[in-house]
Amino acid sequence: MTMTHMDANSPAHGSHPMPPGMLAGTAADRAIAGAGLPEKISVRNLEFFYDGYRALKNISLPLYDRQVTAFIGPSGCGKSTLLRILNRMYDLYPKQVATGEVLLDGTNILSPKQDLNLLRARVGMVFQKPTPFPMSIYDNIAFGVRLYEKLSRAEMEERIEFSLRRAALWDEVKDKLRQNGMSLSGGQQQRLCIARAIAVKPSVLLLDEPTSALDPISTAKCEELIDELRSDYCIAIVTHNMQQAARISNFTAFMYLGELIEFGNTEEIFTNPTKEKTSEYITGRFG
Amino acid sequence: MTEIALTLTDAHASTARRARRQRLQDAAFRNATLAFALLVLLILGGVTVSLIDGALPALRMFGFGFVGTEVWNPVSEQFGALAPIYGTLLTSIIAMAVGIPVSFGIALFITEMCPAWLKRPLGVAIELLAGIPSIIYGIWGLFVFAPFMQSTIQPFLIATLGQIPGIGNLFMGPPYGIGILTAGLILGIMVLPFITSITRDVFETVPPMVRESAYGLGATTWEVVWNVVLPYTRTGVVGGVMLGLGRALGETMAVTFVIGNAHRISSSIMAPGTTISASIANEFTEAVGDVYTSSLVALGLILFLITFAVLSIAKLMLLRLQRKAGV
Repeated sequence: MTMTHMDANSPAHGSHPMPPGMLAGTAADRAIAGAGLPEKISVRNLEFFYDGYRALKNISLPLYDRQVTAFIGPSGCGKSTLLRILNRMYDLYPKQVATGEVLLDGTNILSPKQDLNLLRARVGMVFQKPTPFPMSIYDNIAFGVRLYEKLSRAEMEERIEFSLRRAALWDEVKDKLRQNGMSLSGGQQQRLCIARAIAVKPSVLLLDEPTSALDPISTAKCEELIDELRSDYCIAIVTHNMQQAARISNFTAFMYLGELIEFGNTEEIFTNPTKEKTSEYITGRFG
Repeated sequence: MTEIALTLTDAHASTARRARRQRLQDAAFRNATLAFALLVLLILGGVTVSLIDGALPALRMFGFGFVGTEVWNPVSEQFGALAPIYGTLLTSIIAMAVGIPVSFGIALFITEMCPAWLKRPLGVAIELLAGIPSIIYGIWGLFVFAPFMQSTIQPFLIATLGQIPGIGNLFMGPPYGIGILTAGLILGIMVLPFITSITRDVFETVPPMVRESAYGLGATTWEVVWNVVLPYTRTGVVGGVMLGLGRALGETMAVTFVIGNAHRISSSIMAPGTTISASIANEFTEAVGDVYTSSLVALGLILFLITFAVLSIAKLMLLRLQRKAGV
C-alpha cells in the first residue's frame, strides 16, 4: 500500500497512540499528525552532547513506516546529528553521548546492549557525497550483503540486479558491473550508494543531504527514486533544499539550534506553520 | 607641468626597474632549482658509474660466478657473493614478516580504535623509536637481545618448531644467540616505526564518510579495514612497506653487531651469517689487494641493484593493481 501524504493527514485526537506530552515543546495540535500510522522509530526526550556541548535538546518525534520524513533547518541546527543517532554512527567517535530513548520497532537502540552492526544493517545510510568503495560496482553492492548473508552466485546476482534496478541504475551499469565504482559519474555513484544501502534489506533509510553534491538532473533522478522507495521503507532525509522537502516528504520536522520547533504533515508545515520561526525559515527570511 | 611629467617618467622608470629585477630574480630562482634537481641525477649517475668501475676487476676475474658462489676466502683471493646476498634477503624477509603485521596493527589501532588520550603518546613513542640511531639497536641487540634469544627463545624454537620434519631444518643447531634470525628480528623492530608512521598517515586520508558508509552497512572494524581502508590506501601502504624494506636491505650497523659475520649459508635461520652491508662495513679496513677491495665494491653494486629491483617491482605491482581496479 502506498500512502500519499493526503491519506496520512487524518486528524484523530482521541485515538492518538502516543503518550500525552510526548511532543513537549512542539505545537500541541500538530502532535497528532500522522496518528494511526505505524511508528517505525519513536524518538523520545532525546538529548545529544558533543564533548559536553548540548547539541540536541529534548527532541521527541515519530518516524512513520513507509513515509518520508524530512528534517529541515539552518546549518548547525542538529538535523544531521539527529540522523546519525538513528544508526548510532556517533558511536564511532569518542566523547559523543546521547540520552533519552530511540525506539526502533519498540526496542531502545540507545541501549548499550544494542548490537551496532545489526542495527546498522537494519538502518541504511546515504551521505552528502557519494562514497563508493574502491572496488567494482558488483562488489560495492555485494560487500554489504556478504556481511550478513551467504548467497549463492545466482542469488547474489539476483540481489545485485534487484538493488540496482531499485536504485534506477541497472540500465546504465548492467554491462560494466566489473568496473570500479569510482569510475561512475557523481550522480551514478550516489545511486550506487543507495543501491548498496538497499541491498542489505534495511527497513529504514537515512539520507543525509543525498543530493547536495549532485547536478539538477541527477537530483531529479534521486528524488524520483526516493518517491518510489517510500512504498517499502521508512525514510528520513536531511535536506537544505526546502523545495525538495516539500516535493518528496510526507512529514517535516523543522529544527533550530538543537530544538525541534515544529513537526507535522509536510503540506501543513509549508502552507500553514504554527510557529513564527518555521514560517520565517520556509519563506527564506533566515537560514 | 614638466615637473609632473618628470615624476611620472620617474615612476615609470622605477616600476620598469623593479619589474626587470623581479624577472631576473625569478630566472635565477628557476635556474637554481633546476640545478638542484639536476644534481640528483648527477649524484645517482656518479654513484652508479663509480660502483661499476670499482667492481669491474672482481667481475672480470670471477664473471657471473661471483653472484653464484658461496666461497669467500681472502687468503686465496676467492670471492663469491652468494652468502651475503642470501643473508641480506633472508634478514629482510624476516624483518618484513615481523614488521609489516605489527606496524599495520599499530597504525590501525591508532587510526581506528585508539582512545583520544592515547593517540598522541603513541604517535610520539613511534617517532622516538624511529629516531634511535642504529648503533644503539646494535649494542642493545648484542648485549641484551642476543643473550635473551640464546637463553630463552632459541631453545624454545629448537624444542618445538625444530622437531617438525621439513621446516624443522630452519630451527636447528645450537642456540648461538647471534645469527640471521636475531638480525632479522632487530631489523623488524627498526623498520616498524617507518612502516607504522607512513601507514598511519595514509590510513588517515580515508574520508570519514567512506569509512562511515562501510560501518553504516553493518561492517565490523576488521571488515572496514580489510575491505575499504586497505584498498583505498593501497599505494601509500605499498610505499611505506617499500621504505621499510629499503631500510632493512641496507641497514649496516645493527646487523653487523648481531649477525655473526660468517660467510656461509646454513639451512638453519638461527645460524650466524652475513649481509652485504655488514660484510662491506666489517672488511673494508682489512681488505688488502685490489681483488678483495673490488669484490667488496661489487657487493655494494649488487645491493644497489637489489634495492633498485625492489623499487621497480613495487612500482610495477602498483601499476598492475591500478589497472585491475580500472581507475
